[in-house]
Amino acid sequence: MSRYSRHIVLPEIGQIGQDKLSKAKVLVIGAGGLGCPVLQYLTAAGVGTIGIIDFDIVEESNLQRQVLFGSSDLGRNKATAAKERLSDLNDTITIHTYPYRLTHLNALALFSLYDIIVDGSDNFTTRYLVNDASVITNKPLVYGAILKFEGQVAVFNYKNGPSYRCLFPTPPKAGSVANCSEIGVLGVLPGIIGSMQANEVLKLILDLGNALSGRVLIYNALTTHITTLAIPRSERIIQEIVSKRETFQELNYAFNCEMPILEIAMEGISELTNVQFIDVREPHETPKVALENMIQIPLSRLEDQIKHLNSAKEKVFFCAVGERSRKAVSILQKHQIHNCYSLKEGVHAILAYQKNSQYERS
Amino acid sequence: MNLTIKYYGLLAEAVQRQEELFWFSQDSIEELLEALYAKYPPLEGMDFQVAQNNKIVPTETIITGTEIVLLPPFAGG
Repeated sequence: MSRYSRHIVLPEIGQIGQDKLSKAKVLVIGAGGLGCPVLQYLTAAGVGTIGIIDFDIVEESNLQRQVLFGSSDLGRNKATAAKERLSDLNDTITIHTYPYRLTHLNALALFSLYDIIVDGSDNFTTRYLVNDASVITNKPLVYGAILKFEGQVAVFNYKNGPSYRCLFPTPPKAGSVANCSEIGVLGVLPGIIGSMQANEVLKLILDLGNALSGRVLIYNALTTHITTLAIPRSERIIQEIVSKRETFQELNYAFNCEMPILEIAMEGISELTNVQFIDVREPHETPKVALENMIQIPLSRLEDQIKHLNSAKEKVFFCAVGERSRKAVSILQKHQIHNCYSLKEGVHAILAYQKNSQYERS
Repeated sequence: MNLTIKYYGLLAEAVQRQEELFWFSQDSIEELLEALYAKYPPLEGMDFQVAQNNKIVPTETIITGTEIVLLPPFAGG
């Protein structure tokens, strides 16, 4: 097979190694800065089954580093858009997409379908969830994280090695550590760190070299310094995680740190199916809008009226400018309701959209 | 003893350097951190782990090495 000839010619891989790759199942959490290079190289290498979970949509500010996407993908779900690009790269593998948020409700079932988990998420809530679910389902976790000009890479939960919590036992206080959207990141950095993650995944599958287990690698793009620090395994911490197995679905992972508030533009909403609009302005506020599947619940009464929200639908909150709708999403996150969006620029975005496209109205 | 302290991520911005030589005469990492907090007050509220001689250690560890790394968690992806 000429597609993989450069692998097969390597004595360390050969046809046997290539067959291992084609039998491997890898789940990638997040198709963002890290997820894109990870997915690209795993797909090209012929990893037979790849899962992509990402609820987020492609925004223009992603294109500086998220190299699987182009301008024509703006507003599309990242998992869906990534699959389209990857299927062109290699149509001989199977790619499953999960265009929704990873939560404590779906994590264990999803992880159990795969051999290796790759963390390319962008918030601490997800990172601790991913780690704990990896420990409980006994899956190796290939971790990567970036900020500004620095990145970290490690392999956790591998052959009795340490877990992410052995390095950082508890999530930072909410809001104490900024993320890339607030503080910025050099575009090529996730390409480097994500490629290192892909390399670790291939090493694990092929059983080649020394896995980056029991150590965390730190890379500084400005000084080109690489440091590795040893991480001792804490049996107490691992056992604490394992003991959460039975109650995992009841845990509140958003408790200690903030979930990002998902903002959406009207153009992105057309990609969603089954949408409920919620106007969180007070009843006297204008301009009024008419939309199908819209209800009005002023922010001041939202917590009492959560039962009126349709749990099966994607919920899009809007207000005058997009401030109260962000607050509404954060209230629902506290109640563990996650398929919620805050409409950017508020009611005026709807009116402009209706004017431009005769958006369906009741 | 003269210690080399290395700061990573946003810690380096908080203390406005990536590394420094730091004269320190007491025993434990915990005491070292108190001294660093006194020198750089913003450091005290920040999350990080400490490595000595390239190994992550608990703060009650006695200082035996000459290189200390302060490593914060990153969430970005």
